[in-house]
Amino acid sequence: MARELWKGNIAIAEAAVRAGLEAYFGYPITPQTELLEYLAMRMPELGRVFVQAESELGAINMVYGAACTGVRVMTSSSSPGISLMMEGLSYIAGTEVPMVLVDVMRGGPGLGNIAPAQGDYNQIVHGGGHGDYRPIVLAPSNIQEAIDLTMLAFDLAEAYRAIAVVLLDGSLGQMMEPAEMPPMRPLKTTYPDWAVRGAIGRERRVLSSIYLDPPLEEEANLRILRRWQQIEANEVRYKGYYLEDARFVVVGFGTAGRVALSAVRAARAEGIPVGLFRPITVSPFPDQVLRQLADQVEGFLVVEMNTGQMLEDVLRAIEGHAPVEFFARLGGVMPLPEEVLDEIKRMTTAPLTMDGHPRERWLQRMLQPA
Amino acid sequence: MTLAEMETLVYARPASLTEMPTHYCPGCTHGVAHRLIAEVIDEMNLRERTIGVASVGCSVFAYNYFDFDWVQAPHGRAPAMATGVKRVLPDRVVITYQGDGDMASIGMGEVVHAAARGENITVFFINNANYGMTGGQMAPTTLPGQKTTTSPRGRDVETQGYPVRAAELIATLEGASYVVRRSLHDPKNIRLAKKAIRLALETQVRGLGFSLVELLSICPTNWGMTPVQSLKWLEEHMIPYFPLGDYKIHPAVAEIKV
Ligand SMILES: Cc1ncc(C[n+]2csc(CCOP(=O)(O)OP(=O)(O)O)c2C)c(N)n1
Ligand code: SF4
Repeated sequence: MARELWKGNIAIAEAAVRAGLEAYFGYPITPQTELLEYLAMRMPELGRVFVQAESELGAINMVYGAACTGVRVMTSSSSPGISLMMEGLSYIAGTEVPMVLVDVMRGGPGLGNIAPAQGDYNQIVHGGGHGDYRPIVLAPSNIQEAIDLTMLAFDLAEAYRAIAVVLLDGSLGQMMEPAEMPPMRPLKTTYPDWAVRGAIGRERRVLSSIYLDPPLEEEANLRILRRWQQIEANEVRYKGYYLEDARFVVVGFGTAGRVALSAVRAARAEGIPVGLFRPITVSPFPDQVLRQLADQVEGFLVVEMNTGQMLEDVLRAIEGHAPVEFFARLGGVMPLPEEVLDEIKRMTTAPLTMDGHPRERWLQRMLQPA
Repeated sequence: MTLAEMETLVYARPASLTEMPTHYCPGCTHGVAHRLIAEVIDEMNLRERTIGVASVGCSVFAYNYFDFDWVQAPHGRAPAMATGVKRVLPDRVVITYQGDGDMASIGMGEVVHAAARGENITVFFINNANYGMTGGQMAPTTLPGQKTTTSPRGRDVETQGYPVRAAELIATLEGASYVVRRSLHDPKNIRLAKKAIRLALETQVRGLGFSLVELLSICPTNWGMTPVQSLKWLEEHMIPYFPLGDYKIHPAVAEIKV
């Protein structure tokens, strides 16, 4: 297969089509709209389902209905639209039906802006919807990875009867890069034994998230939790760069990880022994690998495009075994590689501390520019 | 057929209903509506092809009582969920069963747009002028002056607004092909309601677009009346505000002979 130039949003849409997407429901919102527009053309062309819903509430519940039939379904949106989907996501998790969600994050809270940000980390990773569930969350940092992870998202969602999210920000959605699109996979012809498709020659089936009897709800919660434990055991993914001899490690996901990689390369060129750890699954979070790294390195620098939502997960993972520093840009402002490089240099020259919170120290530095 | 056989036939449970006794209060017309829908599905031989979308309200467990496939939607979202099912499985018969709080309040957006798109689904809309399941609060269909737990002095239209006539509203949409209001307060009207249910499902089976049957119903428990008093109250108070009738009959539906 040849490498072609693909725009992020469209690459994800086509990857979903090739993964066997049978029904897509969505609502316009920048910066993911090209995905919706592309599928408005592409899905009917293939005789597959495309509906522009009346709202994200409508879209997620159409996804819910379609998911109950056992086919591959997807919706996509951006931060404010994702907020509106939380009710449906919780029901889908509670009913244990698979779906894929693409969140092309923008600046917030509120209406915010349409610039790239990572403020949805908590709402996606730590579950904005009610009740006990955890989605699988895949965070690409380039277009090829966006394609591959979209394909993977469908497989994982189906294998674990779970919600799989492709989490990216507006800059990746809009960016053009050469990438290889995998071949078209055939559509499913058999459906799982829970799928509701009409009781033709069989006992009726019911798909619901209601367990009025608390012990039964407890059982459902435990079933979902056990499946999550399998996901944690089998599906953690991350990418390390220059880690073998690294004395310092930058941690960042998605675009923040991509910017950090440029900074790390620049630092290496200057002989600074720094590496990059980029979680690909931010849920399940690569706790164990980070914990091991913590024993080998002198310090971490977490870089995000939010106020340190993943930072809390990093701190939890390394259990105080290494000092952590933090750097972020907010509200749709992209961090620059030079800024991250400065932070790397500061970290590798100034004494590091375990006292206080990295977010506090970062805020202090922000308030008194050098 | 002997007389005894005929008797058993009269009381036979429709095949589309399960054996499970319902949890509805004595006299509640949810049971009547269930039975009518099941009978029509039997008569049209649709049981194996039908997929129900239950809503949130007293009928949340509707899926326990009908012997076909069901999914269960979040409060108000049944028409969106039904859209998802129907678009993937266009040759199945997809119905929603929704109360007035569910459909005409929290779910008004979903039902209006399903109708506007001409989604080929059927909505059974139970209008009992209050929120039954949560204990008798004001619904969008609560009549002016009607007492509920959240309109304790009677619905004051100055501050609480006016009841929604859902059938009339939805009938204005081009995508809606069959929209009628019937009542379940006496045998004659129950027969007319059954005929409407039949026409609604015929509309869907023939691919003619969105259909909705509003059924005026009673909630004796929360109205604080006996079932008999409730039926009378429905007739005397609800019908004048919610006139029975056909609000939209697409010419192609008008041709259907059953
Ligand atoms: C999002 C959400 N809000 C509120 C509720 C609580 N709730 C459950 S049933 C119901 C009202 C149902 O009334 P109606 O649709 O009129 O049906 P009935 O019970 O009268 O048959 C409400 C408000 C809920 N389940 N979900
Ligand atoms: S509360 Fe009202 S609507 Fe609900 S089952 Fe009882 S009588 Fe019927």
